[in-house]
Parts: sequence; structure tokens; C-alpha cells
Amino acid sequence: MTPDARQIVFENVSKFYGEVLGVNKVNFSLQPGITSLVGPNGSGKTTLMNLMTGLIRPSRGAVCVLGLTPRQPIEFFRQVGYCTQFDSFPPGTNGYDFIYWPLRLHGFGHDQAAKLANEALERAGMAQVARRKVAGYSKGMRQRVRLAQAIAHHPSVLVLDEPLNGLDPMARAESITLFEAIAKQGMHVIISSHILEEVDRISDRVVLMSSGYVVAEGQIREVRREVRDHPMQILVRCSNAARLAAAAFELDHVVEAKILNDGRGVLVRTRDAEQFYLLLNKIASGGLVEVDAVAPADDDVNSIYQYLIGSDGGPA
Amino acid sequence: MSAQDLVARAQKWSKDQPWRLYGSQVFVLVRNEVRRNLFTRRRIWIYLLALIPVVIILTHVIFDKSGPASPAQIETDTEVLAGIVQLYYLRLGIFFACMAIFTWLFRGEMVERTLHYQFLVPVRREVLVVGKFLAGAVVAIALFETAVLACFFLMYSRFGSAGQSYVLGPGLGQLGSYLLVTALACIGYGAVFLALSLLFKNPIVPGVVIMGWETIAPIFPSWAQRLSVTFYLKHLCPVSLPMSGPLAIFTIVAEPVAPFVAVLGLLCLTIAILALSCFLIHRMEITYTAE
Repeated sequence: MTPDARQIVFENVSKFYGEVLGVNKVNFSLQPGITSLVGPNGSGKTTLMNLMTGLIRPSRGAVCVLGLTPRQPIEFFRQVGYCTQFDSFPPGTNGYDFIYWPLRLHGFGHDQAAKLANEALERAGMAQVARRKVAGYSKGMRQRVRLAQAIAHHPSVLVLDEPLNGLDPMARAESITLFEAIAKQGMHVIISSHILEEVDRISDRVVLMSSGYVVAEGQIREVRREVRDHPMQILVRCSNAARLAAAAFELDHVVEAKILNDGRGVLVRTRDAEQFYLLLNKIASGGLVEVDAVAPADDDVNSIYQYLIGSDGGPA
Repeated sequence: MSAQDLVARAQKWSKDQPWRLYGSQVFVLVRNEVRRNLFTRRRIWIYLLALIPVVIILTHVIFDKSGPASPAQIETDTEVLAGIVQLYYLRLGIFFACMAIFTWLFRGEMVERTLHYQFLVPVRREVLVVGKFLAGAVVAIALFETAVLACFFLMYSRFGSAGQSYVLGPGLGQLGSYLLVTALACIGYGAVFLALSLLFKNPIVPGVVIMGWETIAPIFPSWAQRLSVTFYLKHLCPVSLPMSGPLAIFTIVAEPVAPFVAVLGLLCLTIAILALSCFLIHRMEITYTAE
């Protein structure tokens, strides 16, 4: 088996919605196991998943899943199951029909489709309410019935967009156990979340996204290290900017200290924001510099990382 | 590449296709779409479109207390029936019903945010187009054939035995033609509106343009007329209407063609438009927020 036949490969993939960027220049290849796509809302996670499953086409580049593309729909969608975030269902459908009829489209006969549908409903904990109309389900039940549909045909790649949204703690724990069991069978499970904490413990690797870009990717420890080493920009509005810049330069972790054009502040790039803040406090308390404002100057990977999982790599 | 190579490649391609799977997928799609389109309250106004003439004729039959109508009037009523089919059903009823049914097949699913379920199953998008088209055709044909049948039998029911003789004599051929024309109108307009729904987010305005085109096509050269659905249907109508003045534009046949040519012509036009839909569906993406 060639490596591509077991991987999900994104090659220089960009997607634009008109002039709006969806994702840009995405390059990675994923091995089987649990991969989490993590990033704030609007960072491009769903776009990436839609590209992976052929719901949208890349503006540039190519996506390949286990050596297949959505242009070969029969082979492709037998391998791929996608639980989207769209909380909508065909009108009038019940839980069982919602899973049974797509299985018939897979080519399964009545008996086999019924067996697979019941099995999937059982695994998602929905067997008891399968004959009820979906319109009467709670948000968590709708989420679980969509999950049941995605796993019903035993795909090799399971793509789950915010699968834990709307689930109570018990259902959340059951779902996580289910994802782990699927991954242990050598399958791909791709999970998106805007909270790394909830997928942190089960993920084999993480793809960190921000504003349409993959900002870090790899095993969770590597990502933490990569992010921690990335310089952070801090804007300080103050009097005597030259004095502050000179003091900052004496610190090893400061990569750059640039005096602003109006002379009323300094833009500092540092690998250790905590140490810089300590210096700033010292200078300010000594009365050498009068500080008006301090703020992170960019929405870079470090600030996203802090937002997602906390500066020390622990849970936020 | 020689013609023989081309044929050999086509044969190999055909042999490699899982036709049985396609067939079962089309069956499932038709079954689901028919349930979704035919048995919903949202479609009541389409039933009304089909049944308005039936109700009018039925009212006439019920409240006409003057006994069996004179056999001499059969000819007049035959023209009235021809008017109902040609001017109401073919020009308005089937046109607007097909606009509602066929544009909703894909566009409706975009509005309801359920189309992604169809795109995430191992079904070729061409099969999806064919399945949905057939479902729409089944619904439209079932509805309008029933309505035309009802109109026909109600129309001649008040003539007693004379009406019975007419129905079993020349009337039977007319009925066959009306049913054929109705079915062809459903698939012809259906294909047009299916393609429009894949081309435009709001297919209503292009639909009105199509209606205008279907009306004024007779004043264009004959090659252009062949791009209209009514061009073919007019050749198959069994009774010519005595229209004069501007209204003659609805019934005039400038260049008569044989019925089988008209049927084949309309089927070819339908297939060509469906092929366009198959091409367009590949460009379709799931971007509900843009709808």
C-alpha cells in the first residue's frame, strides 16, 4: 500500500469565497488516528472539512483522501463519513429513516441497511427514539443522530465538525469513547473544535488554525513547543520610548524593539512576554518611563494559543 | 482516434459502469423525492392548478339540469376541451407546476440546508440529477394526466350514449394524444426548470423569460422555434383551435412536422438540457450562507 492510500493529503490548498478567504496555502498530510482541527470561530476549520469531503472545491491545490478524490464519489463516500455542523434534516423524517435511506443509496439491500442503521443508532445511543420524528429531538439528540448517520456505513475516515456541541457530559464522554474506539481500529477521525481542552486528551495530533491559515500542526507536544517559541508582539504606548527600547534590547528574548513613528511608543517582539512585562513594570515603577498603554499588537499564534489552551500549555 | 477505437472505448466504459447500482440509487431517489414532493401540504396550490378546469367542468355537469346534451354539441365541447388542454394546461398549469416542482428539487434543498446529505453519499451527481428529474416527472405527470383524464371523461359524460360512442371512437385517439402531450410537456418544462435552478439562485425571473420565449417563439425562424417546448407540443395536439388575430400565435403551426419527429425532437431537447444539468451539478458547492 502506498503512503497516500492511508493518508489525507492537502497540497497547497486555498479556498476563496469570492474575495473572502476561507483557507490559504494549506499543506499537510494526516496519518490514521484522531486529528483535531482547533481554532477560533471563522478560522477555517469547517472550510477545511468541507474541502476534505468534496462539499466545496479548492480554488487552488488538491485534496486527496486515502488516494481518492470526491470525483470518484462511489469509492470516495464509501470510505468517508461526515457529520456536519448543519443542524437541518429532510422534512418529516424520523431517526431510523434518516440513516436507513442513505444506506440504501450506498447500495445495501433492505436487510443489510436495516441492520447497519440499527447498529449505528445503538452505538450513538439513539435506538430507543429512532422511530420518533427528528423535528421532535433535542439538540443533543439531533447531534447524535447525525453522528449515527456518519458512522453507519463503517467509513475509514470519519470527519466530525464540532461533534461535542450540544451534548450533555454523559453523551460527551460516550462520544469521545466512540471516537477513540473507531481510531483504534486504524481509522482516521478528524474532529474540529474551538476548545482544545475538550479534544486535547484524545488527539494524536492537532492542526491549529487561525484566519484561514494552519499556524501549527503536529503532535500536541510539538505544537505547544512551536507556539511557545514563536515571538509575540507587544505594543507599549509611553513617554521616553528610546529609553524603553534600549532597556528591552538588553534582554536576550527580545528579538526586536522598534520606536513608533510618532515617538510615543515602542513595538517589541519577544519570545518571553512574561519577562518583558516584568522589565516594563520595573522601568515604570522606577519613574524612568511613563506607560500609557500596553497591548498585544497582533492576533498571532501565541495569542490564539493562549486563548485556546493557556500560556503554559495547560487547560485554559 | 478512429471510430472503431471510439466505439471500443465507449463499450469498455459502459461495461465498467455499475448500472445495477445506478438503477437502485435512482429508485431510492425517486421514492424519497416523490414522497417529499407529492404528499406535502406545501404542494396544495399545484393540485389546485391541475384541478381548476376539472372543478369547473364538474360544476357544469352537476348543475346542468337540462338532461343529456345534444350530440351536435359534442364538436363544440371537443374544441372547448382542446382549448383547456392547449391554452390552460400546456401554457399555464403545467408550466407553473413544473416551475414549482423542478426548481425546488435542488434549490429547495439548498434553502432547507439538506442538500449536503445528497452530496455525501456514494452517488454520482449525474445519477442524482436523473433521479430527482424522474421524481419530479412522476409527480407532475401523475397529477396532470389525472386532471386531463378527469376533464376528458367529465366533458363527455353529459352526452349520454352519444358521448360514450364518441369517447370510444374518435375520442380515444384524442385522449391518447392529450396524455402524450401532457407527459411530454411535464418532462420538457421539467428539464428546463431543473437546469434553471442549477444556473440561477432565483429561477423565477428566468422562468418568466422562458414563458415569454415560449409565447413569442412562433414569430422566430424555424431553427429557433425548435428551442421551445411548445413548438413540439403543438404538432401533437389532435384538435386545432379556431383562433384568429394575435391569439393565433398560441396555436399556429408554421412548419408542420410528423408526430414522431415532434416526440423525438422534444426528447432530444430534454436530454440535451439534462446533460447541461449534469454538467452544472458538478460546479455546485454547499455554501448555504451564500443562499
